Amino acid sequence: MAKGIVSFDTGRCKACELCVYFCPKDVLGLDHNNINVMGYHPVAALQPDNCTGCGICALMCPDLVIVVERE
Amino acid sequence: MKTVAQRPQSLTTAKFHYCPGCTHGIIHRLVAECLDELKMRENAIGICPVGCSVLAYDYFNCDMLEAAHGRAPAIATGIKRLLPDRCVFTYQGDGDLASIGMGEIVHASARGENISVIFVNNTIYGMTGGQMAPTTLLGQVTTTSPYGRKKEEAGYPVRMAELLAQNEGSAYICRTAVNDPVNVTKTKKAIKKALTTQMNGLGFSMVEVLSTCPTNWGLSPLEALNWMDENMIPYYPLGEFKVREVE
Amino acid sequence: MKKILMKGNEALAEGALIAGCAAFFGYPITPSSEIAEYMARKMPPKGLTFVQAESELAAINMVYGGAATGKRVMTASSGPGLSLKQEGISFIAEAELPCLIVNISRGGPGLGGIQPAQSDYFQATRGGGHGDYYTIVLAPSSVQEMMDFTIQGFELADTYRTPVLVMAEGTLGQMMEPVEIRPEVVPAFEKPWAITGCKGRKPNIVNTLHLSPDYLEERNRHLYCKYQEIKNKEKRAETFMVEDADIVLVAFGLLSRIARKAAMEARRQGIKVGLIRPVTLWPFPAEHIKKAAEQARVFLSLEISMGQMIEDIKLAVNGKAPVELYGRIGIIPSPEEITRQIMLLAEREGLK
Repeated sequence: MAKGIVSFDTGRCKACELCVYFCPKDVLGLDHNNINVMGYHPVAALQPDNCTGCGICALMCPDLVIVVERE
Repeated sequence: MKTVAQRPQSLTTAKFHYCPGCTHGIIHRLVAECLDELKMRENAIGICPVGCSVLAYDYFNCDMLEAAHGRAPAIATGIKRLLPDRCVFTYQGDGDLASIGMGEIVHASARGENISVIFVNNTIYGMTGGQMAPTTLLGQVTTTSPYGRKKEEAGYPVRMAELLAQNEGSAYICRTAVNDPVNVTKTKKAIKKALTTQMNGLGFSMVEVLSTCPTNWGLSPLEALNWMDENMIPYYPLGEFKVREVE
Repeated sequence: MKKILMKGNEALAEGALIAGCAAFFGYPITPSSEIAEYMARKMPPKGLTFVQAESELAAINMVYGGAATGKRVMTASSGPGLSLKQEGISFIAEAELPCLIVNISRGGPGLGGIQPAQSDYFQATRGGGHGDYYTIVLAPSSVQEMMDFTIQGFELADTYRTPVLVMAEGTLGQMMEPVEIRPEVVPAFEKPWAITGCKGRKPNIVNTLHLSPDYLEERNRHLYCKYQEIKNKEKRAETFMVEDADIVLVAFGLLSRIARKAAMEARRQGIKVGLIRPVTLWPFPAEHIKKAAEQARVFLSLEISMGQMIEDIKLAVNGKAPVELYGRIGIIPSPEEITRQIMLLAEREGLK
């Protein structure tokens, strides 16, 4: 059971993939089924159950895309 | 559930115009988080440079003033001398601070002005399209060093943290990087220390943050972080170069 | 009221303190350094701010920051220093920040000399830096006016949210005359735009970058509306025996006093000479000149330069009469020298 929940303001995402790379639990990936208003494939939680709410994704995100909640 | 990461109060809701993976976004957020945590947003006055972050007045949710290229430390001096209890910070790039603004930054530090400078060093001029900066590394290719920077033609890159640490007026000088979560966390700590140095009236503070410019380096955001680690950190060592404690 | 013998530069500085100047930022340069020195002595005991900046360029930027806080701030320099300040003045004008800038002017161009001059007229009255803007320019002619115009300068700056330049020849800065010390002024201007920390309100932004072309044009039109208002209300000149004058002298600053003496001597010799003394160089008192052009036979611009104000006179005269120049560089002409020029002109025009 995930200890953390991540949510995204996908309209701000520029698909830089810093969050994807640094997530220690491989939770994130670009959603290739989605294109945001800026023309990027935004990040999504592809494996949300792995999320521990560590916040590293939001730490590395340059665009205030990610809100992290933790138990 | 408690929220452990969200937009700090000291940033507006405006979308950043920066390139994908540009570390300005990370650094803006760290400064804003520090202002929030130190409860300084309503007390803060920021001065933004000429460079990619010229529009920072749209992003920081506090009183902001836009400076002419390089002049932010002099402007900050004018403000801090007249409003000594406010938190006055400048946010400058490598052209702004280390080229045209070299006179102003050295003297603000020498005078021990109680201001905090956030120096974003990405070894290149971003806004104007990728020209050489005073901090461009030897051999680095830019649009005005197309064969790679040569010491015979352009001299050596300047190490600002070491330079300013020599001044008695400098109270806290630190160089950090934002290439990985550990360094991002250290950068936030350093920014907080710079701001508290100011509020304790100890003198001039600066955090030089090694940053990336994926677009003008011609690299992806992740490749750029790697390039910083392999090339910049060896020449610009991380660490605290001057620390003055409260007596 | 008691009078004190004061040096021009010091009277100017004292005027700034009387007007409530909170900070002086400047760099030493002959012949203005005494202003910085006076402020360095007088300001700290009053808890006011004095900073010797590392350059004139840094100084004007300290003024920019200081002015943005809403306090009264100033700098003082001479020609080469004013050249360095032009970028900053352009920024301050666009940001609509009030401040006082002083030019105790010396000969140029380049390093020039330290003798008095009036050859910064173009720089002062045509904006001086890049972009479309003007600064109000006041030209004192006595040590008393060095004090008075400084006090008025701060009031004008706050009234119109614009930089004001007080420009005086080097000699005025250095000479001594009796001065009546004016009563202290308590500045009474609301400044809701100032950046002071956003407690209790939305953040204020002071910026001059406007990437949207429409908005940039709107900003420029707004500034020009303001300049038109200043032109309508603030033009000032003094006239002396102009009503029936055949020869009209035009001179500003200290030189205007010498011109006045020369005019009186020429009158004694039977020539109808008058004098128009612009007090505001910008806005230039064109109407006074236009009016005189209705009956004058010839205008004589007297300047300590190769001729800069003459262009504004010609614009105002608009072809109705010839406009001549008598200019010296770095040398203040004597009244006799000017009288000689008037007599030569009178002869040429068949007035003798």
